[in-house]
Amino acid sequence: MQVLQLLLSGVSQGCIYGLIALGFVLIYKATETVSFVQGELMMLGAFCAFAAMAGFGLPFWMAALLAVVAMAALGVLLELVVIRPVLGQPQFAIVMLTIGIGYVMRGLITMVPGIGTETHTLAVPYKSQVLNIGPLVISVEQAVVVGATAVLCVLLYLMFRYSKLGIAMQAASQNQLAAYYMGIPVKRLNGLVWGLAAAVAAIAGLLLAPITFVHANMGFIGLKAFPAAVVGGFGSLPGAIVGGLVIGVAESLAGFYLPDGFKDTAPYILVLLMLMIKPNGLFGEQLRKKV
Amino acid sequence: MSAVAQATHPEGDVLLSARDLSVRFGGVLAVNGVSFDVRRGEVFTLIGPNGAGKTTVFNLISRIYTPTTGEITWYGEPGGAPLALTSQPPHAIASLGIARTFQNIELFEHATVLHNLLVGRHVHRRTGFWGEVFFTRATRRAEVQARETAERVIDLLDLQHHRDSMVAGLPYGVRKVVELARALCTEPRLLLLDEPSSGLNVEETADMAFWIQDIQKELGISVLMVEHDMSLVSKVSDRVLAMNQGEVLATGSPKEVQADARVVEAYLGSVDDVSSLRRVA
Amino acid sequence: MRFIFKTSYEQDIRLARHGGHVFWYGLLLLALLVAPWVIAEYWLAQLTFVLIYGVVGLGLMLLAGFTGQFSIGHAAFLGTGAYTQAVLGNMGVPFPLAMAGAAALSAAVGVLVGLPALRLKGIYLGIATLAFGFIVEEVFARWEKVTGGNSGLHVQPPQFFGWQLESGAGFYFLCLVVAVLSTLAILNLLRAPTGRAFVAIRDSEISAQSMGIHLARYKTLSFAISAALAGLGGALYAHKLSFISPDQFSILQSIDLLLLVVIGGLGSVHGAFLGAIFLITMPQLIALSKDWLPPVIGEAPGLQGLVYGLVLIAFVLFEPLGIYGRWLKIRTWLQLFPFYRRGLFKRQKSFTKSDRLR
Repeated sequence: MQVLQLLLSGVSQGCIYGLIALGFVLIYKATETVSFVQGELMMLGAFCAFAAMAGFGLPFWMAALLAVVAMAALGVLLELVVIRPVLGQPQFAIVMLTIGIGYVMRGLITMVPGIGTETHTLAVPYKSQVLNIGPLVISVEQAVVVGATAVLCVLLYLMFRYSKLGIAMQAASQNQLAAYYMGIPVKRLNGLVWGLAAAVAAIAGLLLAPITFVHANMGFIGLKAFPAAVVGGFGSLPGAIVGGLVIGVAESLAGFYLPDGFKDTAPYILVLLMLMIKPNGLFGEQLRKKV
Repeated sequence: MSAVAQATHPEGDVLLSARDLSVRFGGVLAVNGVSFDVRRGEVFTLIGPNGAGKTTVFNLISRIYTPTTGEITWYGEPGGAPLALTSQPPHAIASLGIARTFQNIELFEHATVLHNLLVGRHVHRRTGFWGEVFFTRATRRAEVQARETAERVIDLLDLQHHRDSMVAGLPYGVRKVVELARALCTEPRLLLLDEPSSGLNVEETADMAFWIQDIQKELGISVLMVEHDMSLVSKVSDRVLAMNQGEVLATGSPKEVQADARVVEAYLGSVDDVSSLRRVA
Repeated sequence: MRFIFKTSYEQDIRLARHGGHVFWYGLLLLALLVAPWVIAEYWLAQLTFVLIYGVVGLGLMLLAGFTGQFSIGHAAFLGTGAYTQAVLGNMGVPFPLAMAGAAALSAAVGVLVGLPALRLKGIYLGIATLAFGFIVEEVFARWEKVTGGNSGLHVQPPQFFGWQLESGAGFYFLCLVVAVLSTLAILNLLRAPTGRAFVAIRDSEISAQSMGIHLARYKTLSFAISAALAGLGGALYAHKLSFISPDQFSILQSIDLLLLVVIGGLGSVHGAFLGAIFLITMPQLIALSKDWLPPVIGEAPGLQGLVYGLVLIAFVLFEPLGIYGRWLKIRTWLQLFPFYRRGLFKRQKSFTKSDRLR
């Protein structure tokens, strides 16, 4: 029973990691750039919703929608202003750039008078409710996380499979030059991909906020999402979610069964093991340079 | 099926021998039962349409890929013991005396031309780590010697103008020559040239032809090359092997191979009745 | 652009390419030697930190800038060196031996961290080093018997069979000696086959291999040297701060080190020290400018992060060659005045060759 309870909390935490990892993998698949900004976008999304509710008195669902849209717009803007000029530089430079953007975001949020330096609670309608299914106690927040992730994954799957936009994104991510020749506006699509990744991060932030509260250092959880993306395989969208679940569950179990200190390092030990055994991750792609 | 038309007269001994090479990538059989011998001191060319598997054969020799079946044997020294290349790690190939150039140039972009050539001298390195850290007199002498050898190659290939230029800014034709120079700096017995004239204009190709002949006759290096430019092939090659879709079509002198019916078919396709191609006056 | 007319191979091999080099670097060395008697103690302490970070930066520059291996967890080596020095020093081991031990242990950890490097590239390697960084930090926090855990560890000043090096000036000279020797060692390596092998691995692994370079050996060597230098810097760092704790060697410290090499100028030895100067002076500048900024900005805890982030973005966007690159441009402008053309340093726009095979 304990195990089930642990599994459940692991799964819900894992969904958050998976969502953030989904964001990087989206960007990596489309543009082969690695973005370290997802954690901060998540943090900003949560703050946005908080500000909308506390500052403007909007109801939760509207604030949530506003946060997602605002973050999507920010993502598109970021891509346009900061990322596009540096495409062509080595990967390392782009990673440093995104780290810099993350720093700027973290710094700026602390300058918002009154709000930035404090920890806040996001007044979600399902706060502190619990479900009792037999002997299991499931907090509604956790259930919402899992449910929302599932819904989001289905929506994304449908979009990529059936909508013109999704197919165009897939095409652009596999062969940019060919996509250009087919008339696909690759640059605009890249912007949209960043917007989508930012929106996913915002949703992750909204889901995480009831659990960890809204504060400026929320974004550091983003660092745990990297092991999730690697375990799943960096180029695979379902892999990101699966990887997140693996990491979440491992963390949860390690926290209970293993001595102190293993909880925080479990994701990293896992990722090292995965890199040694199967460097391309569970669903990963084969990287081979053709000479 | 592999059709090996091997010359029966044993002129010159064999330097490199490939037997029944096959390599499979997933479901694709890129090379299928390829066999050939490269004799000491000759220029042996692989020709064939794109996708025939020629560069794959090179990559098998350089140990970038491992063959699914087959053997590559290296004879090295005249009368030397045969060595199975397939058991060698990739970085050991250069010290055996096999150097190569790449189809899509793989130079060290953020280094000078001289620097690139000096990397070619790596296999002849006699300095140890600590000697280099303290830059002992022995290290200094070794550096000077390396530079002297590099300078001789620069002289041969007329690269003096570009000696201290960063490779990243150089034009394509010069980069091809730098790749060749870098391979020569390893003082190889066998030089693998992957499409040496691709992207070069008529004069540069003529220069390349002379250099290949110089490499063969003056430096005594055997050359195994992949080439599409038939005039260059005819001019410098001693023997030619034609491939298509991973298989050997014909082996022999340039004239023989170019006249071979199967080779012509591979390049031009088969037409039974050519009268339909005749222009109606 | 000064044209160096070379008449002998020795000239090409020499570290100082022409008289000007000898003059200016000699002057710099002289200035560094007389510093303790010329500048205030506070600034001497800052200069000592610059030297320490310079040594660590040199290691990371070798690894990331010259060998092209991503290392996002470099603080782990800094910490290993620091803790080793602290523990050995507290046990009474004379400081030169302790420092050698710190460097050696860090090198061993470096070899361990480098093992994934043999099979991984790019971001995968970065994540692996990130993971190692977190794990090592956790080890420092949990291994309380040795490291004192989260409550930290006091470090005694460097001692040599009873004699203690307590003066600021004395310690400064120790750091100066270590920095100068490390720099010379790295410069020597870079002009020798090993250094060229590192650059070859950075630019094209496949052709490096076909030129006879044993990739695994050189990558491991690069990790080992880089970690050893970081360990050496860490040992000095421990003495300087006289109190170390695990949170000083976190991901933030690792990113600070990356900032150091990127802003200093990736791929240049000067960049390591220029980056160190940046890293040490920036907090001072921020502290100074707080008086002019409105309290909302000035008092915000995220101000330093904001400034670092903005500077990093600015450098990546506008000056990818870092401070050293900008200095080269300025120097060329001065040398060629008034004939300087903006296109002299224009980077060839190349599209990243995709390594994916799908």
